[in-house]
Parts: sequence; structure tokens; C-alpha cells
Amino acid sequence: MRLRFSLSRISFVVLMLLFAAFMLLPIVFIISHAFKPYDELFVYPPEFLVKHPTTQNFVELMQVTSNSLIPLSRYLFNSIVVSALTVVLSTIISAMCGYALAKHPFPGRQLVFSTIVLMLMFAPEVVQIPRYLVVSRLGLMNTYPGHILPLLALPVGVFLLKQFMEQIPNSLLEAARIDGATEFGLFLKIAVPVCMPAVATVAILAFQGSWSNLETSAYFMQDDDMKTFPFFLSTLTSNLANNVARQGAAAVATLIVLLPNLVFFILLQRKVIDTMAHSGIK
Amino acid sequence: MWSRIWSYRVSYLFIAPFMLVFLAFIVIPVVMTAGLSFTYYNGIEPPRFIGWSNFQYLISQDLLFLQYALPNTFKFAIVVGPGGYAAGFVLAWLISLLGKRLRKWVALAVYAPSLTAGTAMTIIWLPLLSGDRIGYLNSFLLNQGLISVPKLWVTDPHLLMGSMIVVSLWSSMGVGFLAMLAGILNVDPQLYEAGRIDGIRSRLQEVWYLTIPSMKPQMLFGCVMAIVTTLKTGQIGVELSGQNPTPQYGGNLIVNHIHDFGFIRYEMGYAAAISVFLLLLMYASNRLSWRLFGTRDE
Repeated sequence: MRLRFSLSRISFVVLMLLFAAFMLLPIVFIISHAFKPYDELFVYPPEFLVKHPTTQNFVELMQVTSNSLIPLSRYLFNSIVVSALTVVLSTIISAMCGYALAKHPFPGRQLVFSTIVLMLMFAPEVVQIPRYLVVSRLGLMNTYPGHILPLLALPVGVFLLKQFMEQIPNSLLEAARIDGATEFGLFLKIAVPVCMPAVATVAILAFQGSWSNLETSAYFMQDDDMKTFPFFLSTLTSNLANNVARQGAAAVATLIVLLPNLVFFILLQRKVIDTMAHSGIK
Repeated sequence: MWSRIWSYRVSYLFIAPFMLVFLAFIVIPVVMTAGLSFTYYNGIEPPRFIGWSNFQYLISQDLLFLQYALPNTFKFAIVVGPGGYAAGFVLAWLISLLGKRLRKWVALAVYAPSLTAGTAMTIIWLPLLSGDRIGYLNSFLLNQGLISVPKLWVTDPHLLMGSMIVVSLWSSMGVGFLAMLAGILNVDPQLYEAGRIDGIRSRLQEVWYLTIPSMKPQMLFGCVMAIVTTLKTGQIGVELSGQNPTPQYGGNLIVNHIHDFGFIRYEMGYAAAISVFLLLLMYASNRLSWRLFGTRDE
């Protein structure tokens, strides 16, 4: 009996790992693509894995970027400032809003929540022109707030956090209130730590939304020294659909844009899974 | 009334920062777009008010929309919406059964297609689905004697929809999946012990009677996100078939239709009208599924 159980356990784990390997294909592909020499980049049908790995693509990308008038570090600096501020600020304001929506029965709460869910549903295609008008009226063109503010509002994040914070028992909050905690103290010391998995998930979303965002650089920034690193990489490699030159650099650029997303996800997802085991408050 | 509002002033302070950016960069632009749906607007001349004509044309004369975009979207959504939702939950549950160390890596793998978005998707699936006999799927089926001629998985208008559905399901483990995974892991282990004492025998009973009821907020979130992401899908048919519009409009979805009018024909007013229609459609499916799942207390 014991043996049968562990056998089925092993086959379950093996099956899950096989499935995981299949789902991981795109990441494996992007990594291996960046190391392909030119003759392998253009094989048809495309080869999945690299046969003779080379770093020539990285060298090529460095040569291409060294021709740029504005130093690469400037784009990197822009990107880091913008992503860091966006992640921190949008996670905080989403959590605050989600907390109030979940635990404070203030007048208009239902209306606010329905509006947030409704806005989630609007297809973003046609909203670009009105959004451009708003950004230019507010005088945000060519400024860092022009990068950050339009990405701060994350309706998905508020919705997610509200759903999680609903599960915090009222008795827990009530007890802390009697002990003299302020509302902000409750939020910071109880709501956020208990809902850490959701907070981390929102941070992941915010990072994904801002790091590889090309829209703000393309529409709201006219000065080249205000654009972000991924946007700069995309200008190097756009219009390449039928082009041979620089395809190697493009493959590397894709990898470089993906990597921070991956690292950020791994770092925070560990938080999600680890905190869950300890929190145990229900 | 005012004293009630005043007594909740702290709550309003809590939502204020989000509401400010939300109103400025989301609500106002969306309301402006909804306003555009009553105009003729080509992006160059100022919008000209034309009343309900856009909507009348959309639901009575736009053959491409009525014949292809709308039925295709229904077909696509009815499989990918509930399918992606169920798959997301089942996968989240299976991952929660894994050991602690493996868990995060498998979770990362399952989330990977959403993380890499469109960049790699086509490159992974095209060799697999390519229409000649070299394509992995065709060559496998030919060798097994299951088909006698290679199938055009992505360029045959009848097969394209199936390919789109498979690829979309593969990449549908997004934020809804993450939320449900967190929800499952959050369930108090004591609850399961109590359940065992109360006579719960199998893992499936455990899921149905204990796990799902104690993670209703996450289930609801996953459901809404499944509807929203499914109905907002658009470019996948174009990316797979490499043609825009897709062959004989076989993979044309409502979002493709919006794209077509907004960015190719520059009829922004009409594109806005389709967006409003899509919004109503999502709202209706939401209502329907909330009723089906019986979370009316929400």
C-alpha cells in the first residue's frame, strides 16, 4: 500500500514536471535564440535549440548601441527610475484602495467598485487618443511623471487586493482597533502582511506593465533622452520583419527585456509561496 | 447623509490616491471614447455628431461583423473562457499538491507563456502547426497514418479557429491563475483536518466542499479575469496565420474588427462604437456567470 502510494506520487511529480517543461518552452527558446549564430537564426523550419552557441549577437548589440548619441546608461537610468517608482507607488495605492473597499462600508463603495470592474472591461485600442489629450493637457509630456502616472492606476490590482482583503476576519481588525491602532496602522501592520501573496502578485503585474511598456515612450516623450531602455532596444530592432541585418542583436534584445521580468517574478513568487505557509491567519 | 460621509473621511483618504490617477488616465479617456462612438471621427477632422448611426450600422448592416467577428468571438470565448478558467483552477490545485520546493518552479513554468506574451508564442507554435509535411503535428499524424494529406492548421479558415483556441488555452494562465493558486495555498490546513474527522474521504470531496467555498473571492476574480482576457483577445489569429485579415475572416474576432476600423480605416468613431458594444457583451457575460456561480452576495 505504502509503495503504491509513493509510486503514484512519483508519477504525478514526473507528469507535472513534463508539463512544466512544455510550458517553459518560450523562455527556453528566447534564451537559446539569443546564442544562435546567423546561419542558425534563419534555418527553416526553425530549429528550437542552438547547436553552436556563440556570443557574437551580444557583441553586435553592443556595437549597435555604442553608435547611439545618447549613452546607454541614460536609457537604463530612465527605465530603472520609472519602473521602481511605478511598482512601489502603484502597489501602495492599489492596496490602500483595496483595503478601504473591502473593509470600510463607506457610502458610494459599491459604485466605486463597479466602476473599477467596468473599466477593466474596456478594450484599450481606441482609448489612446483621449489618453494622449489628458497627458498633454496636464503638461506631463517629456517628464518622468508622464511615464509613471498613466501606469499607476491598475484596476486589476485593486480588484485582486479587494478580493483577498475581504478574507481578513473582522474580529482581527476589531481587536487591534480596541488596542488603539489607527486605521493606517491596521492597514500597514495587519492587512498588508496577511495579504502579502496578493500584494506581491500586484507588484509583479505592475512591474510587467511598466518595464516593457513602450506606449509612454512612444507617445508622451518627444525628447530622446527621456525614453526608456526597452523602447530604445525596440527602435533598434523594429522594421526588421524581412531584414537580415541585426536579427542577432534583436534576439539578444528580446532576452534582455525579458530577463528582469523573469527575475522579478521569481523573487516575488517565492515570497507568495513562502509567506502563505506561515501566515495561517484565517 | 453628509455626516455619514464625514464619518468615513478616512476611507475616502484611503481610496483618494488611486481614484485620482484612475479618473484621470482611465475613466476620463474611456468616457471620451464612449462619447466618440456617437460621432464620425477620422483622427484628423474634428468629430462630427451622428447620433446612433454607428450602432445601427453595427447591428444591422455590418456583414463582416455579423457574419464573422461576432460568431467567431462567441465560438472562441465559449471554449477559451470556461476552459481557461477550469484549467487555471485545476493546475493551481495540482501545483498546491506538489512539494514546497518544486512548487514555485512549476508555477513559474505555467505562468511563462503569459510572461513572454506574444514574442515567443508564434515562434513556438508555427513549426508545430506548419502546413507542410515538415510541421511537427502533420509529420506525426502522417507517420501514424491518421491523415493522408498534410492539414493547413493555420491557413485553412476552418482549422484556424481550432489552432487559435489551443494556443490561447496554453497561454491563459495569467493573473487569475496566480490568484487562485494563492487562494488555495491560503486555505487553513486545520480545515482539512476537521473535514477528515467529519467524514470527507477523497481529495475531490475536499476540493469541492472545503477548498472552493473558502476561496470564493479568488474564484470570482479568476472568473472575471477569464471573461475579460478572453473577450479582449485579438491578434492571435493574425499572428498564427501571418495574414491580416485572417484567411476568409476565419479567425476574425471583435478586437480585430476594432483594430481594422481604428488603425487601418481610421474610422475612430465606429471603432469606439464597437468597443462600447464589446464592453456591454463583457458586462452581460459577467452578470450571467455571477448568477451561475451563485455568488450573488457580492
